[in-house]
Amino acid sequence: MHKKLINFLTSGKLFSKTEKRLTEFFNMLGGLTSFSVRFFKELFLPPYEVEQIRKHMIELGMKTLPIVGVTGFIIGLVIAMQLSPVLKRFGAEAFLPGSVGISIVRELGPVICALIFAGRVSSGIGAELGSMRVTEQIDAMEVSGVNPFRYLVVTRIFATTFILPILTVYVIFISLIGAYIAVVLVQNMTWAYYIDRVIFAVEFGDAIPGVAKTFVFGYIVGLVGSYKGYTAENGTEGVGKASTSSVVVSSLLILIFDMVLVKLTLWIWPTVK
Amino acid sequence: MMVEITDLHKSFNGNLVLDGVSFTVSEAENMVVFGRSGTGKSVLLKCMIRLMEPDAGSVFIQGKDVLKLDLKDLNELRKDIGFLFQGAALYDSMSVRENLEFPLIRNFELDKKEIDERVNFVLEAVSLLDVINKMPSELSGGMKKRIGLARSIITKPKLMLYDEPTTGLDPITAKEISVLINDLQHRLKMTSIVVTHDLLCAKIIADRAIVLSDGKIVKEGSINELITSEDQLLKNFFSDEIFEQNGSKK
Repeated sequence: MHKKLINFLTSGKLFSKTEKRLTEFFNMLGGLTSFSVRFFKELFLPPYEVEQIRKHMIELGMKTLPIVGVTGFIIGLVIAMQLSPVLKRFGAEAFLPGSVGISIVRELGPVICALIFAGRVSSGIGAELGSMRVTEQIDAMEVSGVNPFRYLVVTRIFATTFILPILTVYVIFISLIGAYIAVVLVQNMTWAYYIDRVIFAVEFGDAIPGVAKTFVFGYIVGLVGSYKGYTAENGTEGVGKASTSSVVVSSLLILIFDMVLVKLTLWIWPTVK
Repeated sequence: MMVEITDLHKSFNGNLVLDGVSFTVSEAENMVVFGRSGTGKSVLLKCMIRLMEPDAGSVFIQGKDVLKLDLKDLNELRKDIGFLFQGAALYDSMSVRENLEFPLIRNFELDKKEIDERVNFVLEAVSLLDVINKMPSELSGGMKKRIGLARSIITKPKLMLYDEPTTGLDPITAKEISVLINDLQHRLKMTSIVVTHDLLCAKIIADRAIVLSDGKIVKEGSINELITSEDQLLKNFFSDEIFEQNGSKK
């Protein structure tokens, strides 16, 4: 076993595999960047595909609405159930609505919603465009004098960028309902009082950055899904890969950008004055 | 001259697929490009309309240097070119009607009545008026090819490019498609380039044929000249084709 490991390490296979993976990674980063640049270039050029954008927004929004709703409700309920005994331990039960509200509005609502959206939508876009690529439908579009990038990619990225914030507001609301149900199970609290406490605790500096960062998450979901699908190759195997890697890459990018954006928003809107 | 191709080169990762291909096609002529799988037939068609960028050479269509056109002029030229893809490439998310209307709505300012007339005309031409509201997933392979053909002629192109129009079809349907293509060619007076390895299809359609091998044109002439040629490569190629079609060697 030990010998096998040494042989493997010295055979150069490890290096060549790592080198291959790194090359693929940097190729993908370069591809995403040039795709992004092309998106902003084409976005402002006519013809504007308003009808396609509207169609995608409705379709993607409706497709994700039930799953993000259920997830949001459960997350709100669980967070309140988890926080309740902890706050009780410190004699701070009165802060339960406020702390639940802040965690949902600032972080859990936007990120959970974006991750679910990535799983549902990014893979769908990757598979759909990938399938269009390998069956030459994108080529057919190009031959008929239509710019497939503008028709298929720009419209989808635009739609995901603007539908995710709307979904996030919905998820936050549903999560707060879930949290309220958990709160009334342990405390005697009216809905009006609960909402009043949440509104009292959640400040402008909590709500706006929380929702605003979902524009970036939505953009990432559309960009990665479209890029993976549009550049898919090798037949049906390529479509599967495009779909799977869309979810992995967009989820990872959402978490990385979340980290950066949290730091940025704390700098712009400090929570402690 | 409708098409003039000179010294076209294309390679993928050092693998030369087109190695100095040159030929011309006159107006209203039906040219067939023969060759085994992987000899660069489809690549040739795609390079002609810049779905792929060739490494070197020139392509003139209707006197325009295709490789030097900007995107706007290229799209303008593409309106005069129809392309039937190997798998028909119908848009999955659109019905047959929407598939047919798509190139018209996007490229021409036609009123609803005129669009309907054109849709009905091409569907009638391919004998599939009854599938107008169906989705591509509800159609058979032969029907998809016919609708693909209808979509490519709906813009009244001057040049038609066919990429393996009979591949994947049973012999009877393949013959029907070939006869249909030939019929449409004569009715609409289009120039066409057909890439195929189906001898029967070529016999029905071709005015002239070229044979591609290892990225080069190895023979040019009428179908009968090619079939009766003493060239060993052609003998091998056509004997295999005849064997495939008849199920036995003749």
